[in-house]
Amino acid sequence: MNNAGYGILLSVVSAVFIFAGSMQLIMVPMMVSGASLLSIAVMTIFVNARHLFYGIGFIERFRKMGIRYPYMILTLTDETYSVLCSVKYEDDVDTQKADFFIAMLDHFYWIFGCFIGALAGSFLKFDLTGIDFSATAFFLVVVVNQFREYKTKLPFIIAVLCSAVFLVFLGPQKFLIPAMTTTLIMILFFKKPISSNGGF
Amino acid sequence: MKAELYPLAVIALTAIVTWLLRALPFIIFGKRELPDVIGYLGKILPPAIMTILVIYCLKSIDLTAKPFGLPEIISSLLVVILQSTKKSMYLSIIAGTVCYMILIRVVPVFCTGCNTY
Repeated sequence: MNNAGYGILLSVVSAVFIFAGSMQLIMVPMMVSGASLLSIAVMTIFVNARHLFYGIGFIERFRKMGIRYPYMILTLTDETYSVLCSVKYEDDVDTQKADFFIAMLDHFYWIFGCFIGALAGSFLKFDLTGIDFSATAFFLVVVVNQFREYKTKLPFIIAVLCSAVFLVFLGPQKFLIPAMTTTLIMILFFKKPISSNGGF
Repeated sequence: MKAELYPLAVIALTAIVTWLLRALPFIIFGKRELPDVIGYLGKILPPAIMTILVIYCLKSIDLTAKPFGLPEIISSLLVVILQSTKKSMYLSIIAGTVCYMILIRVVPVFCTGCNTY
C-alpha cells in the first residue's frame, strides 16, 4: 500500500478494520484510479462473498462466547476459519478462550505484517516472490488432515467436481462463488448418503 | 468528496461490506433454535470449502502454456506427501514454500516472465 502512496497509517487502519488480504490488495489500484464507491462495494462483495459460507459452520460454537461473539464474527477470515476448522484441543483447555486467542493473534499478526510491509515496502531488497505459496500449503495441509479424518469423501469429491466445472466454463476470476453455491446445494441434496456414511 | 477523505471512505466501505458478509449467517440464524441442517453443514461444509480454497489458490496456473503449472503442482504434491507421511504441519508448509520459491527462480523454464530472471 505504501507503494501506492497512501501511507503506512492507511495500511494499518485497513489491516485493523478490513482484515481481508485479497480485498486490501485490490483496493490499492482501485483507489489510485479513483474508482467509485459503488464499484468498490460491488468488488468487495464479489471478492469476499466466500466469507458468507464460513459463519454457517461456527454459529453454535461462537454464540456461546458472550462478549467475544461479535469479535469472532468480524474476524472470521480464510486463515482464522481454517485454523479453527483444523484445531484439536486437549480436554483440559478452555476452548472458547483458545478460539478467541487464535482469532486475536491471527488479527495481530496481520496488522503487524501490514505495518512492517508498508514500512519496508520501499527499501526491502531481497526478493520474496513465491512466499505467498505458504497460504496454499497451509490450506492443503488442512485438507489432507480432513481427508484422513472424514469417513465420507463425498464433500471433497463434490467440491472438486463443482470447482472444476465452473473453472472450465467461467474461468479463474468468476468460478469461486458459483462453485461454493453449488457445493452447498449438493451437500444439502446428498445429506442422507453423507450422514449415513458418517461425517467423521 | 474531498480528496483526502476518499481513501478513508474506501476503507470504511470495504470494512463494512466485509463485516456484513461475515455477519450475515449469524444475523439470520444467531438468535434462533438452530435447525438440524445447520449442525450438519457445520460438520460437512468445512472440508468442502477448504478444498475449494485450495483450488482457488491454484486457479491461475495455466496447464496449456509454459511452465504448465509445474512449480505449483510439484510443490503441492510435496506438501501432500509430507503431510500424509510425516504429519508435521510446519515441515509441510516450509518445505512446500521453499520448494516453490526455488522452482520459480532456479529453473528458468518454470518462470512465467523468463526475461526477468
